[in-house]
Amino acid sequence: MLSPIILIPALLNGLLTGAVYALIALGLTLIYGVLHIINFAHGAMLTAAMFGAYFAFKTLGLDPYLSVFVLAPVFFALGYAIQRFVIGPASHGEDRNMLLVTLGLAVVIENALLFNFRADTRTIDVAYAFETINLGFTFLAVPRLVGLIAVFVVAVALWLFMSLTDTGRAIRAVAKEKLGAQLQGINVAHIYAVTFGLGTACVAIAACLLIPTYYVNPGAGNAFVLVAFTIVVLGGMGSVPGALIGGLAIGVVESMSSLFLGDSLGQVGIFLIFIAVLLVRPQGLFGAKA
Amino acid sequence: MFEKKFPLSRRQFITSTALGATAAIAMPSVLRAAGTPVKIGILQPVTGALSYSGTQGQLGAMLAIEEINAAGGIKSLGGAKLDPVAGDAQSTPAGGTAEVEKMNSAGVACIVGGYASGICLATTQAAARYDLPYVVDVGVVDNIVNRGLKNTFRFGPGFGVIANSALENLVAINNAAGKPAKTVMIVHEDSAFGSGLAKLLNAKLPEQGFQVIETIAHPTPTRDFNTIVLKIKAQNPDLVIPANYYNEYVLLARTMQQQQVKPKGIYSVLGGAASSYKFVKEFPEAAKGIMDCNHWFNPLSDKAQALKKKVEAKGQFFTYEVYLNYSCVGLVADALERAASADRAKLTEALAGSTWSGHIMPYGPTKFVNGQNQGAVPCNTQVQGNDIKVILPAKFADAKPMFPLT
Repeated sequence: MLSPIILIPALLNGLLTGAVYALIALGLTLIYGVLHIINFAHGAMLTAAMFGAYFAFKTLGLDPYLSVFVLAPVFFALGYAIQRFVIGPASHGEDRNMLLVTLGLAVVIENALLFNFRADTRTIDVAYAFETINLGFTFLAVPRLVGLIAVFVVAVALWLFMSLTDTGRAIRAVAKEKLGAQLQGINVAHIYAVTFGLGTACVAIAACLLIPTYYVNPGAGNAFVLVAFTIVVLGGMGSVPGALIGGLAIGVVESMSSLFLGDSLGQVGIFLIFIAVLLVRPQGLFGAKA
Repeated sequence: MFEKKFPLSRRQFITSTALGATAAIAMPSVLRAAGTPVKIGILQPVTGALSYSGTQGQLGAMLAIEEINAAGGIKSLGGAKLDPVAGDAQSTPAGGTAEVEKMNSAGVACIVGGYASGICLATTQAAARYDLPYVVDVGVVDNIVNRGLKNTFRFGPGFGVIANSALENLVAINNAAGKPAKTVMIVHEDSAFGSGLAKLLNAKLPEQGFQVIETIAHPTPTRDFNTIVLKIKAQNPDLVIPANYYNEYVLLARTMQQQQVKPKGIYSVLGGAASSYKFVKEFPEAAKGIMDCNHWFNPLSDKAQALKKKVEAKGQFFTYEVYLNYSCVGLVADALERAASADRAKLTEALAGSTWSGHIMPYGPTKFVNGQNQGAVPCNTQVQGNDIKVILPAKFADAKPMFPLT
């Protein structure tokens, strides 16, 4: 089993899988970093976005990778509206209420999807789903490679947005010192909504990258959300580089532990690393000390 | 004025009400004979990881109920209609058990369904506490009917029978092709169904001259099959035997196609997607040549073909969950008809003595021994020419096996 013939492909595969995890975690960590809430509706939103990509393909013939340019803005707007008109007002500014509201939102979204689309498992068949690059010792799946590239593009775009734009600076200011930002005339409610919208847009991008090789049903997003929560804590809550590196690391750990411990115990590897990191560095890999 | 509105005296009113109430409590069979609906619990995992299968199972059961009601209901009960009480097991044994409690409180005469073995093990046990008859639709673990529960009946075959049939058929197919397959890898889901089946296959495959190189367990759901497929690729077995549910089966087959892993054969045992029209239609390349030993309807039955058309007209696929649940409800209706009562004990007795042959499966008349239908057998199918053909037993076969594939 230690043969490089299997070890190196497993390592590469872990990186590719981790890229999608990172993208899902990116949205989650962004929301946490600014709003200080764990968005329990993240998995349900991922599912909704996967349904969006699925129907865009089935009804309009829109390729999932092109759907990114439609679904990311749509889900940004959706996320903005949900934070501005549902989570914000319903939570009355209390963190614990926000948790309950997002949890309720998850239940509503999942059941609305179930009611409208039944429990059917749906998949799409695009020509490139089975495209591979032959490295000699293994085949790299093209859709997964696209995922890896996309996560870096999104992370860089997000970093540039946060560093160079006024809205980005306002988001960072609100994340750091809400009251101070408010005193400087920053509209905190608007910034919260923009951040939630950005997090939701990240989820929409992840959905478009997943759908060529994965299936969608009303509970599909849940398979990814627990691992995304783990990445957020592992990388440092609120840290964008943490989500990126944490996601890739978790992908590799999962692949390796599946290889050596078996797939049923693959998840154990994730949590062992998670606990080990928290013991040594409680704030996570890239988290700032409280 | 008062006399006009209420012609009965107060004493007469109380007496007649009391008599009526006594009659209702004491003589439920008399009331049912007049056509009172009989409640039947339809228990499926319609949410969670197994939701697709659960919804398909529910569809089959509901179609049977619709047909029975349209044909005049249970005649020995004065044309009593079947009244479905649908429950969602949420893809977990605990969820299923909670539904049994609710269904018992709702006064169901019996429960049909369960789908997954783990759910069936828990729910049949819960129903046994209330002597509530339970007809298992799919759950294949032999323990479901081996525990001596008087309330539990399984219409389809258990995996002891399925594993034996699968092995016999595999040996026959391999021998007929000149024994090209010698090594095997088993990929199974890690709950009661997959683990139990893998254990049986591990014990029996070597006896038939096959070498099991590795057995890989995976959870449901599994997000990624690349590591498993890398293992398969590294060990290059002649045969891959998957035993898992639909979603995971599809991901496994697609990943094998993507990684260009082409064994001499993929021979599934109860493969969740291998005998699925949905899978074949959506991924004809990944499904090509896959063999399966699984539940299958009687292709020669007009009733089965009519149901297939009806299901397809609804935009759904004719999966085994549909026709097994359809048949299980028919079994219950037949037992109700013979029992002429919705009383649980009488219904249990009628089920135990069932010799029903009005089903759409390639089985003979039902005959239950310790709750297991002795006539239940699986079929071997193979995906050929974008269709699913029956390759064994010869009595129902409409194609010859294509083996080896490479």
